[in-house]
Amino acid sequence: MPALTDLILAGKGVDNHFPWSRAVVTSKKWSFAVEQLAEGHWSLLGLWGEPGTVHMALLDEAVGNIGIVSLLCPDGRYPSVGLLHPPALRLERAAADLFGLLPQGAPDTRRWLDHGYWGISFPLSARARTSVATAPPYHFLPAEGESLHQIPVGPVHAGIIEPGHFRFTASGETVVRLEERLGYTHKGIEGLMAGSDIDHAAKLAGRTSGDSTVAYSLAFSRAVEAALGIEVPPRAVWLRALMAELERLANHLGDIGAICNDAAFALMHAHCGVLRERVLRASDAAFGHRLMRDRVVPGGVATYLNDEGTTAIWALIAEIRQRFPALVELYDNTASLQDRTVATGRLKVELARQYRAGGYVGRASGRDFDARRSLAYPPYDALNFNVPLLQEGDVNARVWIRIHEVEQSLSLVEQILRQLPGGPICVDFAQTGGPHEGMALVEGFRGDILAWLRIGKSGLVERCHLRDPSWFQWPLLEAAIEGNIVADFPLCNKSFNCSYSGHDL
Amino acid sequence: MRKLLFESLIRPPLTERPPRASDAAVDELARALNGVAHRRLGRSLSIRAVDAGSCNGCELEMHALNNAFYDIERFGIRFVASPRHADVLLVTGPVTKNMREALKRTYDATPNPKWVVALGDCAQNGGCFAGSYAVVRGVSEALPVDLHIPGCPPPPIEILKGLLALLEGVNSKAGVARN
Repeated sequence: MPALTDLILAGKGVDNHFPWSRAVVTSKKWSFAVEQLAEGHWSLLGLWGEPGTVHMALLDEAVGNIGIVSLLCPDGRYPSVGLLHPPALRLERAAADLFGLLPQGAPDTRRWLDHGYWGISFPLSARARTSVATAPPYHFLPAEGESLHQIPVGPVHAGIIEPGHFRFTASGETVVRLEERLGYTHKGIEGLMAGSDIDHAAKLAGRTSGDSTVAYSLAFSRAVEAALGIEVPPRAVWLRALMAELERLANHLGDIGAICNDAAFALMHAHCGVLRERVLRASDAAFGHRLMRDRVVPGGVATYLNDEGTTAIWALIAEIRQRFPALVELYDNTASLQDRTVATGRLKVELARQYRAGGYVGRASGRDFDARRSLAYPPYDALNFNVPLLQEGDVNARVWIRIHEVEQSLSLVEQILRQLPGGPICVDFAQTGGPHEGMALVEGFRGDILAWLRIGKSGLVERCHLRDPSWFQWPLLEAAIEGNIVADFPLCNKSFNCSYSGHDL
Repeated sequence: MRKLLFESLIRPPLTERPPRASDAAVDELARALNGVAHRRLGRSLSIRAVDAGSCNGCELEMHALNNAFYDIERFGIRFVASPRHADVLLVTGPVTKNMREALKRTYDATPNPKWVVALGDCAQNGGCFAGSYAVVRGVSEALPVDLHIPGCPPPPIEILKGLLALLEGVNSKAGVARN
């Protein structure tokens, strides 16, 4: 099996790219990398564009090595990755919409983020041009068969959730095909980041996906720090992990309740809702914001955490430790609930591996990856925790992964509070020449978030790309729902809980 | 399950005391709702949430309104599944161009009299997303807005105060049907 390192060495190395290497490769080497992806030797971490260049982040899981390959394509054309490796398809469509980069041979060239309303084509490319804001019809993939019918759902849904369109083709009650259409929440975050100062870009990063604001701020900050060689004070490193685990707790508790609620079991929802609220209140007491927004900043953290806050978190842990086991027992012993979750929305192990599904989606389908352990970024290298793993891949498995991760996060919070070092919480940093490039991979509650950026000579962000774990989970939801009844879709959807805003950017 | 239900009976309730309606919100409403009431809503308000491109932060806090601490239904306020059942559209996000049409259609599907509440900083003027090629600057660019509830995201208690102000405004001042 070829090593990723060799590919990177064969290319033209880019200076000042940290902590992993980036190399500009030839078209031939690019295609070689695509073959390795298709054969499952390496996995795709992300694919994004820039005017005249396309980048691909790769992971060699066997040795835990990461590398970025870039292909210059001044004419805007490059060999398609999605042709051989389907997980890249939507990323390519997004890069085509934003940068006008055209993947040659791609089987799907429909627009993805651009619905025709922007009044501008290829907004982030050098050849952006104004266009008439008309929405061309979107052609959904066909499904053929006797007495099939279509059910269009969204973008405005019945619940309090984000907007997206789902097109079901059903035979009676059974879903034959689901096709998603996303992009409704596209705000142009990457466009706003280009040319903005680091502080403003950090704010935008923290508003990419509201439920993962800590994880996004962390990913962005770590990428900035990698690029500029900033050493973050130890206390800040530990406080960041504390916030990340509180965020994970809040989301998992909310999800466990909400999944049960979608199976019409409201009792669980009510109790989990109380615990989630407790986490948010403790976070507010400790860090001054319920979702801890803008509390992780490049260079450190924004809040010291005083004794009062520490006490609030200890009280929170005690409360969850007392109440949560009864809820787990309730989940495990309610047959009518299990009847809905067991064997529903099964995601195959092979698909989870191919799409390198992160988070509970991947770990419920046998994919043993957690950036906290696999990359062991500090302080996780000094903490003890398990990464739960199941093979079944159904809604039930995704609930259990969350339950186990709640238990792990409780233990992590305790360990962090016990070992929390003192000292400063933030360092000032000055820009030194440029350009500098940095990348980070951070485990959010939903899976690994990738942040890549280049800081120019002036100290402004030239280009920043944020890749949500949902990019590789949304397509899998389409696969998991196949053969299930339409009425189980909310249940399956909630068990995936993909981000719309994080995906649409 | 029986044990949990029994415990819930003997535990003191978690529910917060009702907050006072936000003064700033009342003032804004007084300006917005001048005219003659076409219909009184009584103490009930049906809300349709529309995410017009938010980061999902506001939705999380909206969800929190339904938990045992805030229990929004005790005020007669409830979230409904269709705009056709709604008195109020609670709109979040800077309004992306990709969502503007859907937002307008949702508004058109809401029967009169109706009110629009813009929730969160970016719903007010686009917030940190203002200036992007992909968004308009807040809900008022797409719909007539009766009330803004600021915050990023506004905590549930602030949303509640704003909605109570709307309810008071609707009942005491004058609810205006928009034609």
